[in-house]
Amino acid sequence: MNTVTLAGATVEVDAEGFLVQPEQWNERMAEEIARANGIEALTDRHWQVISFMRNTYLQTGSAPSVRSLGKTSGVPIKELYELFPKGPSKLAAKIGGIPKPRGCI
Amino acid sequence: MAHRILVLGGGTGGTLVANRLQRLYGDAASITVVDRDDAHVYQPGLLFVPFGLAEPGEIVRPRHAQFRDGIDFRVAEVESVDIAENTVHLMDGSDVHYDVLVIATGASLQPGETEGLSGPEWGRSIHTFYSLEGASALRRSLDGFEGGRLVVNVIDMPIKCPVAPLEFCFLADWQLRLRGLRDQVELTFVTPLDGAFTKPVASARLGALLGEKGIRVEAEFATGRVDAAAGTLHSWDEREISYDLLVTIPVHGGPEYIGRSTGLGDGLGFVATDRHTLQSKAAANIFVIGDAADVPTSKAGSVTHFEGETVVENIQRFLEGDELTGCYDGHANCFIETGFHKALLIDFDYEAEPLPGRFPESHLGPLALLAESRLNHMAKLAFQPLYWHVLLPGHNIPGVSSEFHPVAAPPTEERSGALR
Repeated sequence: MNTVTLAGATVEVDAEGFLVQPEQWNERMAEEIARANGIEALTDRHWQVISFMRNTYLQTGSAPSVRSLGKTSGVPIKELYELFPKGPSKLAAKIGGIPKPRGCI
Repeated sequence: MAHRILVLGGGTGGTLVANRLQRLYGDAASITVVDRDDAHVYQPGLLFVPFGLAEPGEIVRPRHAQFRDGIDFRVAEVESVDIAENTVHLMDGSDVHYDVLVIATGASLQPGETEGLSGPEWGRSIHTFYSLEGASALRRSLDGFEGGRLVVNVIDMPIKCPVAPLEFCFLADWQLRLRGLRDQVELTFVTPLDGAFTKPVASARLGALLGEKGIRVEAEFATGRVDAAAGTLHSWDEREISYDLLVTIPVHGGPEYIGRSTGLGDGLGFVATDRHTLQSKAAANIFVIGDAADVPTSKAGSVTHFEGETVVENIQRFLEGDELTGCYDGHANCFIETGFHKALLIDFDYEAEPLPGRFPESHLGPLALLAESRLNHMAKLAFQPLYWHVLLPGHNIPGVSSEFHPVAAPPTEERSGALR
């Protein structure tokens, strides 16, 4: 298991940089992870998706897929890809400090 | 009074659970199975229909003939489930009350969810082999296909049998070579995943096989829409792929009645289910088997088969007021047809990914895991009679356990030369 320093704290991450323990996460870390992944500033729309991902994961133990996000987060899929280029579900999970979504089996 | 057990869906899961429960309870349970039709399709056979390697008539049997005596089979559409009243409303206006409900209605294909997919080109230049009609229509198009760009496309996960699109690519490569057309065809596999498969070691192995066969992979392609008139696929991040013949796997969701049943399903219509006990999260007396469940393993017949034991055991425990057992471990195994009379076998669970080795006995096999062999292909072909005569009646397949057993890695030289 790797550790990295984010917002002044040491946290555990997996090989792809997803936090292993969601409770170690805070909003300053989110900003740092976002910048490292090419998102300069997190807008309210970003936060709407990140919070939805994080809450769903904490309540159900699994993070939603992109299609599911498009149906339930209030942000349409087209916009999800504008906010989080390439992989909205993966990237929002990484920024939100939860493990990589296992939705695709 | 006899326990009233209602099973929705007369496919793989519904049939094997109903038969196991009838054998267990006899007259002490009244078991009813409801399905919207009486045609049971052996779904692994669909892959072979487009290539003329199976005839549609060979893979369909009447559902009612697969049940033990004493099971009541009804053909009807489900309107909704009233969880609070332990009642299922049917479209014909009748109600069925239950003590225990088993949901086994699988996943449905939803081409309408993707813009441009299900228009006038559906069945002409756009096909799927995930239904009997689709596979038959694709066979006609492939017969007349003389070359060009053949694109095999997975729109989004989850799908039934995640290896089937790869198998389709391998078989298409083989069959086009036999017809002397392979040089005239650009064969591309387009997937939303970041590689050929979901689990790393198998993904690398399958990716290498695709490469060896000259099949191009376009990964991380999340299909947003199809321009059927122009013959192009468009991703949400605005990449574009042209095709002459498109073989697509439409998005999957639960059947519509799940959405009409308050509290039962998630946003996609799959039923929220405990991954170990297979009890629904909506109600203690509802159990879920097969593709209908939202559990994080493959939507595959082998999964359904392995889940059967846990579902039956837990229904019995529930009816007796005992604590449930959490023994389902996500066990899945799949034969992957690679063409040229060979196949590969993979075996995995919720935690362990598919690795090379032998199956079902870790050193003896006789089947090779994650390596191509003729014996795996023979085993895949031999499976259909087992399906009708052993699996559906609710018997265990000799030597094959419902629990996953990790492979003990054989010596490396044995691994590379396995059963070629």
